[in-house]
Amino acid sequence: MPEQDPLVRAKNFKEVALGYTLENALLEADRCLQCADEPCVRGCPVGIDIPAFIQKIAEKHYHGAYDVITDTNLLPAVCGRVCPQENQCEGVCTVGDTLAPVAIGRLERFVGDMAIREGWVNLPHIEPSGYRVGIVGSGPAGMACAADMAKAGCEVIVYEAFHEPGGVLKYGIPDFRLPNAVIDVEIDKLRKLGVKFECNTLVGRLFTIEQMITEMGFHAVFIGTGAGYPSFMGIPGESLNGVLSANELLTRCNLMRARDFPNFDTPMQPGRRVAVIGAGNTAMDALRVSLRLGAEKVYCVYRRGKAEAPARVEEIHHAGEEGVEFHWLTSPLEVLGDDQKRVRGMRCQKMELGEPDASGRRRPVPVPGSDFEFECDSVVYAIGTNANPILGQTAKLKLNKRGYIETDENLATSIAGVYAGGDIVTGAATVIEAMGAGRKAARAMKAWLGLRDTDVVYAPEAPHVGRRFGFAPDEHGYARVRLG
Amino acid sequence: MSNFEIVTREDYSDVTYMLEIRHPVMAKAARAGQFVIVMEHEHGERIPLTLADFDPDEGTITLVIQAVGKTTREMQQNCQVGTSLYAVVGPMGIPSLIGKRKKVLCVGGGLGVAPVYPQARAYARSGAYVIGVLGFRNRNVMFWEDKFRAVCNELIVCTDDGSAGIKGLVTKGMEQALAAHADIDEALAIGPPIMMKACAEVTRPRKIHTIVSLNPVMVDGTGMCGGCRVKIGDGIKFACVDGPDFDAHTVDFDDLMARLGRYRPAEQEALKKWEEGCRIGSAAPKNGERY
Repeated sequence: MPEQDPLVRAKNFKEVALGYTLENALLEADRCLQCADEPCVRGCPVGIDIPAFIQKIAEKHYHGAYDVITDTNLLPAVCGRVCPQENQCEGVCTVGDTLAPVAIGRLERFVGDMAIREGWVNLPHIEPSGYRVGIVGSGPAGMACAADMAKAGCEVIVYEAFHEPGGVLKYGIPDFRLPNAVIDVEIDKLRKLGVKFECNTLVGRLFTIEQMITEMGFHAVFIGTGAGYPSFMGIPGESLNGVLSANELLTRCNLMRARDFPNFDTPMQPGRRVAVIGAGNTAMDALRVSLRLGAEKVYCVYRRGKAEAPARVEEIHHAGEEGVEFHWLTSPLEVLGDDQKRVRGMRCQKMELGEPDASGRRRPVPVPGSDFEFECDSVVYAIGTNANPILGQTAKLKLNKRGYIETDENLATSIAGVYAGGDIVTGAATVIEAMGAGRKAARAMKAWLGLRDTDVVYAPEAPHVGRRFGFAPDEHGYARVRLG
Repeated sequence: MSNFEIVTREDYSDVTYMLEIRHPVMAKAARAGQFVIVMEHEHGERIPLTLADFDPDEGTITLVIQAVGKTTREMQQNCQVGTSLYAVVGPMGIPSLIGKRKKVLCVGGGLGVAPVYPQARAYARSGAYVIGVLGFRNRNVMFWEDKFRAVCNELIVCTDDGSAGIKGLVTKGMEQALAAHADIDEALAIGPPIMMKACAEVTRPRKIHTIVSLNPVMVDGTGMCGGCRVKIGDGIKFACVDGPDFDAHTVDFDDLMARLGRYRPAEQEALKKWEEGCRIGSAAPKNGERY
């Protein structure tokens, strides 16, 4: 896929991957074998009919490709960009056994971008069901759940604590990976489905989950608040000025637009030499944002090796191209400060890989006497998050030992009618996994409310066999009884 | 939630002003000790402000703001009755724990005077004997004396120059109250960190449980960014979701003060630029309008 030149893009916030041209897309679509056993569909957390949409592209029936994707995935332009396809659909692609796998993510993005350009929106016919559904958090889990519940005829209100909807897609993922304009289009689509967004609303404190059910007239509630409580390591020097979480750096830069300071009022402290601790996708975002903010040197400090890094291969590759220096097998011991309590450097030690640990990755062990210091003026922590405590503090929700919300296999919480999914249940994961959880919870909520499963796809060209009295056999005639 | 209309404004001095904002849901939900985050306009920054009052019957919340930086000075100019703020979110933080106390010392200094009020009122309603100690620079910048007299059994006013009440800092007022009452079983102090630190040292030798309300730099106010982390005892807490109230005798105030200054160069740059914009233009920039 065409990309901006690394040295140019490291200085701007424009998108790195420029997207497929028509020719690129057609060539790539032709590589799909249309396997009968469809391993890629099983590899997709939301089960997109991948061979079908690629077939449509190959037939140059692009709107048809869009129809196929939106049967299961509302946000192709987002997922095509941020899904870790190498571990999902592309990781199990049959072509990938011998050659490079079919670039499913890029094709998905191609279709999503074309839909945005052409203004395609697939609005289903919605029959109002009379039910009201409240959704807490407007990130990927909440958005996916909102779409499904709106399609099922529910009146859906999404509450967001920030002043703009989008959650981590807005505050976390930088514009060069996922432009805010793309997210806004997707949110507008939800609005067209009838979803209402209420920003500046901190659920738990402004009103509680229980109040939503008992006083505010919601028949079901979905919690998708994300994990959001950044971890620190507990090493000396962490409260020095210049030490911050990746969440803080990214929120200031992306959502609050501190990169345009002082035209936007939120300040930040751009470092000249920035060390980012961690090697996940958030770490890569923090590293690459720091470069774009004008840092001369940007170091990635990670206690394991490159093979163990949790970030997507593509992200690590992009970061390296742009000039990030990787320090694998390096563990921080102390952040060093000057007399003004500002960061002046870090002390680290080298590690080597030992026996595999509980996560299956080889455990890093310190190399004795390998301590060393280096200069930096900013240290960014990107080592994961803990459970956000607000809902646990304010609702009688059952939490697990680590503070995440406990659910059953259908994502139902300990409060009847209240469901939860995404990072606040599983801990930090990916956008598509959160969306998958939002959809799974929506299925359970529909069953709980007694709504017919609207996930059933009615392909218009499907043969009309087995119809009885004009109804397809999978279209059950539910009778719903509402109390009160 | 959107459209947060300003229904009342009062100026207490050339830098201190009070805004009453319509927000019926928050006025009902708010408890003493909680705070809000405000954005003046779309390009604004998010600033945390402790609730100075809330009235569930009127459906309003009250903020008392000191114009010190670019945002608060711009708000001083633009926030008039009938205008609206772009974002107001809250109530945030864990409400103050108002237990069954017999005698409580409520200390507020400067801007900290206003946020002490809801807690003093809550203590009074819980049946405690409330002694208020308020500190101001001088008589001209005093406010809310009448409101405090209505909820306090005793009120000691301290001014730097002695133009009202006793001459000296709030710690002098505290010493005076502590000398007269041996049975004070809780103290609360809100104000600049240096003042809260001094207050903590007054009560520490007497082993009086003391609460302070911390207001470090925040972005989201929901625990997501970790910018507001403070050293409490041996651990790290986030003021936004673990506070803002903490046991004064466990707070590392020096750490708090150092961290409060971490965006100061940028803040000063913004203020300077804004002031220049005010001088150049015939009028100051309005809501959302940029220089």
